[in-house]
Amino acid sequence: MFRFLLRRLALTIPTFIALMFVTFAAIRMVPGDPVEVRVGERGISPERLAVFRHELGLDQSVWKQFLDYVVQLLHGDFGTSLSTNQKVLTEFAALFPATIELSLAGMLFAVILGIPAGTIAAARRGTVFDQTLMGLSVTGYSMPIFWWGLLLIMFVAERWGLTPVSGRIDLIKYYFDPVTGFMVIDAWLSGQVGAVKDALHHLVLPAIVLGTIPLAVIARMTRSAMLDVLNEDYVRTARAKGLPAWRVIGLHALRNALIPVITIIGLQVGTLMAGAVLTETIFSWPGVGKWLIESISRRDYPALQGGVMLISSIVILVNLLVDLTYGLINPRIRHG
Amino acid sequence: MSIPMPRSKAAVAVVLALASLAAAPLTASAKTLVYCSEGSPENFTPAINTTGTSFDAARPVYDKLTQFTRGSTTVEPGLAESWTVSPDAKVFTFKLRKGVKFHAGVNGFNPTREFNADDVLFSFERQWKADHPYAKVSGGKYDYFADMGLSDDVQSIEKVDAMTVKLTLKKPNVTMLANLAMDFAAIHSAEYADMLAKAGKKEQFDQVPVGTGAFSFVAYQKDAVIRYKANKDYWGEKALVDDLVYAITPDPTARYSKLKAGECQFVIAPRPADLPEMQKDGALHVINQSGLNIAYWAFNTQKPPFDKKEVRQALSMAIDKAAIIKDVYLGAGQAAKNLIPPTLWSYNDAVKDYPFDQAKAKDMLAKAGVKTPLDIDLWYMPVQRPYNPNAKRIAEMMQADLAKVGVNAKLVTYEWGEYRKRMQQGEHTTGMLGWTGDNGDPDNFFFLRGCDAARPGGQNLAKWCNKAFDERLEKARTLADVKERTKLYQEMQQIEKDDAPDFKIAHSVVYEVMRKEVTGYKQSPFGSHQFNGVDVK
Repeated sequence: MFRFLLRRLALTIPTFIALMFVTFAAIRMVPGDPVEVRVGERGISPERLAVFRHELGLDQSVWKQFLDYVVQLLHGDFGTSLSTNQKVLTEFAALFPATIELSLAGMLFAVILGIPAGTIAAARRGTVFDQTLMGLSVTGYSMPIFWWGLLLIMFVAERWGLTPVSGRIDLIKYYFDPVTGFMVIDAWLSGQVGAVKDALHHLVLPAIVLGTIPLAVIARMTRSAMLDVLNEDYVRTARAKGLPAWRVIGLHALRNALIPVITIIGLQVGTLMAGAVLTETIFSWPGVGKWLIESISRRDYPALQGGVMLISSIVILVNLLVDLTYGLINPRIRHG
Repeated sequence: MSIPMPRSKAAVAVVLALASLAAAPLTASAKTLVYCSEGSPENFTPAINTTGTSFDAARPVYDKLTQFTRGSTTVEPGLAESWTVSPDAKVFTFKLRKGVKFHAGVNGFNPTREFNADDVLFSFERQWKADHPYAKVSGGKYDYFADMGLSDDVQSIEKVDAMTVKLTLKKPNVTMLANLAMDFAAIHSAEYADMLAKAGKKEQFDQVPVGTGAFSFVAYQKDAVIRYKANKDYWGEKALVDDLVYAITPDPTARYSKLKAGECQFVIAPRPADLPEMQKDGALHVINQSGLNIAYWAFNTQKPPFDKKEVRQALSMAIDKAAIIKDVYLGAGQAAKNLIPPTLWSYNDAVKDYPFDQAKAKDMLAKAGVKTPLDIDLWYMPVQRPYNPNAKRIAEMMQADLAKVGVNAKLVTYEWGEYRKRMQQGEHTTGMLGWTGDNGDPDNFFFLRGCDAARPGGQNLAKWCNKAFDERLEKARTLADVKERTKLYQEMQQIEKDDAPDFKIAHSVVYEVMRKEVTGYKQSPFGSHQFNGVDVK
């Protein structure tokens, strides 16, 4: 197990180096630098431009800038945002809990609905339920997040008044200091009556929007994995022994079918992060997705590089955890 | 999964906690105004910012020596209750307002004295003197101070006595009073700065603001919310609500939804497509005003055939301006005939715009000796701007119009920074850009056609230098009398129209929408937003 972990960790090193290089190079390939973006119609004298570029190190060769960046990263310093002058890690840490909260809610929505739906579809293969579900799954997968979000806001929030339009909590009724950054937990810690319910209420629409694509993927994957497993000898044996259907499917089959599903769930973390960028924008959700988009438009190199590195690290870490989880689900896959 | 919380003293969470220590908990009974703002501020010190979003966030907290009357471009006394200007327009002596208190209880700061000349000196010297203890804090880029000419033009800023400050310039500049009403000239507390410097927390100065304004700062959570509370001791027009909340909502569709649902009471920048529905909604009140801006298409007068006045006039007649306003601005634009918008003093309404007459345009081109088809390039901005919602679409419409008079326009664009740089160097033959006014002074627009700005790298994109125009521009800068200046500016508008260095496209119309229960709001010609004097019934 320990050797497996070490091997996997070693494999992440080249990934990080590639990531550092790609994020560094990609933002610099976009024309326009932070100073020029800031200036606007007003223009800037060549002398002032030179001073600012020098202060930001932009007058150095690209290789020198890259080396400086790597050295800085090795010291655990993700740099300082050019637009706010705050440490990138500080800004990230303040915003990231909101993204996690939203992603967890989205994933919870996808898993709670996706696994049972896929399982039932497999158990009732070829029925109307199966075909409807698979049809919906394709629709869900191909739906543009932005459009889906606006549609839900228009009907569920505006027309029917079932949920709030956007934000994380009713700003007029509730006010408390962020302690953990997780609104539901902070609402609970505040002890204000109704705050937790209101925070959960605000989570509903964004979680549905963010969770829709993973839901479609998980439902399809569960169905296909279940179909494979249901044809196995041990399932037939279990049935022959006269076990009730829920035991055969729920325990014997599902446990084995879940292995590829868990891999998919792990891979969906990346999808969630990408989806969060749009979902956070639609729902005015103060997470890292929206922050990254703004960093691109401001050519805020340190914020963008740092943010991408941090998010990538988390995605890699989650996938590593997923690999380790296999052993828990299926004892045959134990990492020796 | 745990995310390491940095231990930095400047950590946002800590700042928030510190800032909110003084905040009384909001209660449902308190009167609250919620403004759905469009973005997060960079920080709360206008001097180091350049965006309207950041200025809006700082405005409730600060005052300036002079200020614009709410909803107009008129300059009135602010923290300076009166002033005198020397006859040569070089020396400005300000008598400061007595009894003005800085906000108490923000970030643990409790002022021991009232506002005085030390605060004025601190606020300007930070931007002016490179060796000032706060000069390098938060990056130390004072763009507006430099852009409005203060870094070069200021000779001295002196404290005459505790309540008198003297500002001496190297050359006359009567627009200084309007400049000082701009956000970058906000007055900060020198005592608060000292307190933070002693505690080794200088960086908090720009994150947790202390001023003398109508609202005091309570808390800020990036991309989510900014909270303020009414300053009961305010010397000027008071806040009529107890709490002011900026609910940061970048998406215009989401802002509209929140407005309809009553989650906020005031929004800016609605989508033009939503306007008809908003105007029909009985719960909402839509207001609009011509923006303090101009979108234009400049002819490079240093390149043939645009060195000929007749060619420029001909092309000015070839474009269907009304179609552009209708199809691109979707009602959120007003056809422009002068460089300044009609809301600005000295606007010359007697100036007649060129008619849309393609037959005459063709004729004039022939008379000017231009052989058709004539190949030109037409540059358009790659980005949306407040004065131009879709430069590419406008360029395409112009291209189609020009083809009808025998002119083949090749559309050209570059990345935004590169685009401006190349145009300022004069690489284009014709190209679009625009301008948004800063201080409500006509000079702030007319300098765009001055000879000084026609140099390579300058902002006169027509590269047009007309002596009659330029002499008046320079003279107006030395005159304190508004009537005399008005006369000169009105003549300049006629001179420019006759010589046609550019084709004026439009002034955008700025829309703002509020719920019917909001009263007392006045739309600013600057596109800024101010909430003292605003009530929620």
